[in-house]
Formats: sequence, C-alpha cells, structure tokens
Amino acid sequence: MSGQKPRTLFDKIWDAHVVETLPDGTALLYIDLHLTHEVTTPQAFDGLRQAGRKVRRPEATLGVIDHNIATDASRYTGIVDPESRLQVETLEKNAAEFGMPLIPLLDQRQGIVHVIGPELGRSLPGMTIVCGDSHTSTHGAMGALAFGIGTSEVEHVLATQTLLQKPAKNMQVLVEGNLAVGCTAKDIVLAIIGRIGTAGGTGHVIEYAGDAIRALDMAGRMTVCNMSIEGGARAGMVAPDDTTYDYVRTRPFAPKGEALERAIEYWRSLPSDPGAHFDTVVRLDAHAIAPQVTWGTSPEDVLPITGVVPDPEAAADEARREQMRRKMQYMGLAPGQRLQDLKVDVVFVGSCTNSRIEDIRAAAAIARGRKVADGVRAMVVPGSGLVKAQAEEEGLDRILREAGFEWREAGCSMCLGMNPDKLTPGQRCASTSNRNFEGRQGPGGRTHLLSPAMAAAAAIAGRLADVRDYQPKKGDV
Amino acid sequence: MQAFTTLTGIAAPLPKANVDTDQIIPARFLKSISRSGFGKNLFANFRYREDGSENPDFVLNQEPYRKAEILIAFENFGCGSSREHAPWALLDFGIRCVIAPDFADIFHNNSFKNGVLPVKLPREVCEQLMEDARMGGNARLTVDLEREVVVRPNGEEIPFKIDPLRRHLLLNGLDDIGQTMQHAPAIDAFEAKRAAAQPWLAGAAGTTPAGA
Repeated sequence: MSGQKPRTLFDKIWDAHVVETLPDGTALLYIDLHLTHEVTTPQAFDGLRQAGRKVRRPEATLGVIDHNIATDASRYTGIVDPESRLQVETLEKNAAEFGMPLIPLLDQRQGIVHVIGPELGRSLPGMTIVCGDSHTSTHGAMGALAFGIGTSEVEHVLATQTLLQKPAKNMQVLVEGNLAVGCTAKDIVLAIIGRIGTAGGTGHVIEYAGDAIRALDMAGRMTVCNMSIEGGARAGMVAPDDTTYDYVRTRPFAPKGEALERAIEYWRSLPSDPGAHFDTVVRLDAHAIAPQVTWGTSPEDVLPITGVVPDPEAAADEARREQMRRKMQYMGLAPGQRLQDLKVDVVFVGSCTNSRIEDIRAAAAIARGRKVADGVRAMVVPGSGLVKAQAEEEGLDRILREAGFEWREAGCSMCLGMNPDKLTPGQRCASTSNRNFEGRQGPGGRTHLLSPAMAAAAAIAGRLADVRDYQPKKGDV
Repeated sequence: MQAFTTLTGIAAPLPKANVDTDQIIPARFLKSISRSGFGKNLFANFRYREDGSENPDFVLNQEPYRKAEILIAFENFGCGSSREHAPWALLDFGIRCVIAPDFADIFHNNSFKNGVLPVKLPREVCEQLMEDARMGGNARLTVDLEREVVVRPNGEEIPFKIDPLRRHLLLNGLDDIGQTMQHAPAIDAFEAKRAAAQPWLAGAAGTTPAGA
C-alpha cells in the first residue's frame, strides 16, 4: 500500500483488530485467543451467570490449571488444600457449563498457561491474545499482541470477544551484537529492566529487535517478552521470522499445509516497516551484558554477578535512601557485600519465564557431573507435562536428580507463593522466576532473579555464583 | 458497579514508590472465588506480624487511618500482577480512591472497573497531600470526579484529568459489557470478514484439544 504511513508491528496487529472506534478514540479491539486459569476467572464466570450471558466464542477460549496446584505427586490423589480444590473445581464446573475447552489437571498437556499456549500452537503470529495474568506478554514472542487483563476484562472478553482499549505507545528496544559466553535471554531482559526501570515501559508496547534478539530461539524470545511487564509494559513482541514459522510448523493445533502457507504469507507482512515511528527507542550492546542477578525487591534492582550490594548513602535523595535501606533490611544485605558471597537456601528453576525445555537443558548442562551444595534445596519444575516428558526422554531428569535436584510436576510452583511450594521467612532463593517483590515467593522470602544456568551454578556453589566459572562438563547428553 | 461521584474522607499516607500488587494482596490470599472478603488481607505482609497480630507501625493499623477511604502513595502504584483482587481488597477495606504520581497500566484499568478512582497528580502535589494526610482525622480530603478536583483541607482545589469515557462510566456506575453488547452486529460482521480473510484463525480457534 504505497503512500501509507510506515507502521510498527504493533500498529499493524492493532489496526487489523479494531472492530469499531468510539468517538473518544477508544477502540473496540477483537480478541483472537483468550487463555484462562483458575485464579482470575471464577468471579468473571459468576458475572456472566448473574447477567444471563454466555461465552461468545468458547472455541477461541482455552482453560488450564496452573497457579495453585501442588507440583508433587499429591495431585494424583486429589488436591489437599480445600480452597485450592474449590478454585480448581470451579474452573472445571465453569468450563463444562459454558462449553469452554479445558486441559484437565492430569492431562499431559497441562502446564503453565504461558508455556502451553505457544507449545500447543494455539498462540500464533498476528493474533491478539489475552489472559487474566500479567505475564501474557510472553506470547508476544510469537509476533502476537498479547497482554494481561483483570477479571472484569476477562468477563468482557468472555461475553463479547472484544476489549475496550486505547492504543499504546510504541517502544523499540534494540539489542545489537552477540551475547557473551554464559549469557542468555534472561540476562538480556534483566539488563533491559535495569536500564529502563520498572515503570519505563508504562503505556507502551515494547518491540524487541536487533540481531541479538533475532539470534534467540523461541524459548529465549518468550523469556524476554515475559518480563516486559516487569519493565511496566503490558505487552512485548518480537517480529515473526523463519525461527517463528519453524516453531509453529511442529505444533499440534497450528494450521497445517496450505492453510499454514497462507498464514505465513500474511505473517511476513507484519514486521515493522522501515521508518516506522517509535515513541521511545532504547539501545543495548549485547556483548556488554554480563550474567545478571537482582539484589533488591524490584526487578530493576539488578547487577552483574561480579557486582557488590550498593550503598544506600549513595542514592540521590533521602526518600530513595530510605527505600534502599528498607530493601537491604528485607533482603538481609549490607552495602559493599559481594553478590557472589551470598549463600542460598533454595534454588528454583521454573515459572513462565524459564521452564521450557531449553531452560531445563541449560540447567542440566551446568548440573551434569556436579552436586548440589549441602543444605541447599534445589528444585526444577517443568513448565508443562510435555516439557517434562521431553526432558525425561533426553535424560535431563536423571542428570538433575543425580546432582541432587528435585524433579517435579508442571505448574507455577514457587514463582508466587500460592501453592505448597514456597519459601519460609528469611530463606534466600536463587530463582529463575520474574518477580523479587517482598513476600512474592512466601512471606519473608528473599528472591534473587537470574537465568537457569546461573541458578544451577548457585545450587552447586551453595551461594550466588558466576556461571562462567561453571562451564559444562562433557557428557553424552 | 458502584458509581463514584464525590468522596470526602480520611486519607492514609503510604510514602512508597512501586507498591506492587503482591504487597497490596499477597498471592496466598487469592484463592477465594468471590469478589468480597479481601479487605482483611489488604497489605497483609505489612499489617500483620508473623504471629498474626497487628503491626502497630503500619499506617492502616493506626487511628484514624483504619477508616481511610483515600490512599496517597508515590510512583508506579499497583505494578506487578494483573490481579483484580488488588482493587477488590482496597474497596473491601473501604478505600475508594488512590492518589499517586502514576499507576501501572493493568491496576489502573482494573480500578475503574470496580469504582475505585486512581488520581494521577505530580510528585510534589502528592507530597503536599501526604502532609495533609498526616494531620489525620482533622484533615479530610475531598475527591470530586464531577468537577475533577481534589480539595485540600485548606480549601485549595487541585485539578486532575480522567479519560472522558472512563469518567462517564464511573460517574454513572455503568457496566461496560452492556455497552459493548450494543455493538454486537459490528462484532458479527468483523468475525465473518476475518474468518474469510484468515481461515487459519477460524480453524485454529475451532480446534478443541482432544479430551478437553
């Protein structure tokens, strides 16, 4: 379309989904895929029932149970916690009543909603995807516009398949160059959040670009997009390319054959046009990124693993000094302490950020032939039953178990402290999850965010460690 | 949804930036299937000690702030998860308005859907209001959505802006699903056009996982 203003990836997907524009500029935006889980939907289905409404397109909706279930064998004998059981049973009952497809708890395809969407081929490029969960941004890795919504909006989408939305601003994060040895997608996104801050992306949709992003596999792109919300952006996206199409091809519910080729032809039109306008542009040199770890209680409190705990007295003003003192007190830290001297009690590899097969391979590569340090509880929680099966086929579970890691069932687990996997007060945890907020992994728990390889190194060392000192040992897997 | 027009009440000072939704309502309290009852666990990790007793240092455990209807905080209020339990917890406690320099997007959205008004005012103004709030029960603030002003105890009026559509819905306590339902013919037409142009979407969306 010559003469048309160059558009971003976000603009194109947005434009393709506007049903109507209201007089004040609010768009009625069509939603292609609505993912649901047990925690943020019961009140939405209740609302439908009270108003006598039905689900407009049950076939564009998919439910899965992930947040509040145990990740040990107890799920096979029934959920112990009565409140958790009621929430799960409520989702099952609502799915049956409203005709919504639901992946049963004991189905092999069960898993974290943001792992299973792409894995099953339900999340596709060019789609609008929502879920009552802020980490819905993950699906943006497919080249989709995907964002988290609240329960009222869940009800709105169930009833109308649309949302009332104002367009977001465009932010481009360009990561150029090659990643150094030991660095991963997680280190990229932590470095980005360190740069822009937790509110840096507020009001924006982030498009991640540059050759370091292009070079990432789909799991890596998902890790980066997943944490967009930790930078304040509701959505993060990566333009679809051959890496995306190759991934989609092998997915069970993705289009096949002729339909797929037509789809790819359309998807190729989605990447941002040359000269498209971005309201904000941020540049990072991939090679300058060292393995990252957070020290505080906000994802923006991030440093290279070679760093030391900062000094609150160096902060700009008293309000900030006070805030930093509070963080240090909560985290049990002193200024100038080397991050690598911090002993850990628990290591958690999992969550919608880092529980895909690639993440488990990365942890296993470090764990192979080594032992988890005495006194450390280390757990690996696959993102889905399919990831778990794949890992077992590759023998990764054996490597991890032999090293002393627990090998568990799929679920959100210790990311958010609402199921049996949680920290006790004062415990320090090296975690591949996405939030180091106070109490996030359990009241009083102390979270350090890092990559799966860094987490495995911390488990072996018994303290935060530089993964570059723990290079993989040779082996046959 | 309860309409929001004008509110005069006690404001509680919470001089913190990045108050995240895990602070507002920790995940372990999200297991209810109802919208009410979250107020007792609002800010639970600050309000209660490990043994379950009240922490007297936390503002909402102090008089007169136990009856606060307005909360004043700093930047990026409501960051983190999408849980609507955060505004539900505020509302259930009795807080119907949060004033801060800015808000995280999802929390901002969720608040409007529940009759909780998020008011954005510059940091300096929030600091002033924080001082007003520290005066306790003798220093009530008024938040007037109709006129879009906050009235300080000294009578000074501070203007704010709310998106006109959101303001309209809130002033009238309107359910936006009902509004959107009126666009059903446009949604039908859009779906038909889309199914023709992008058949793979209709196909993919129509696939139900076997056994599900």
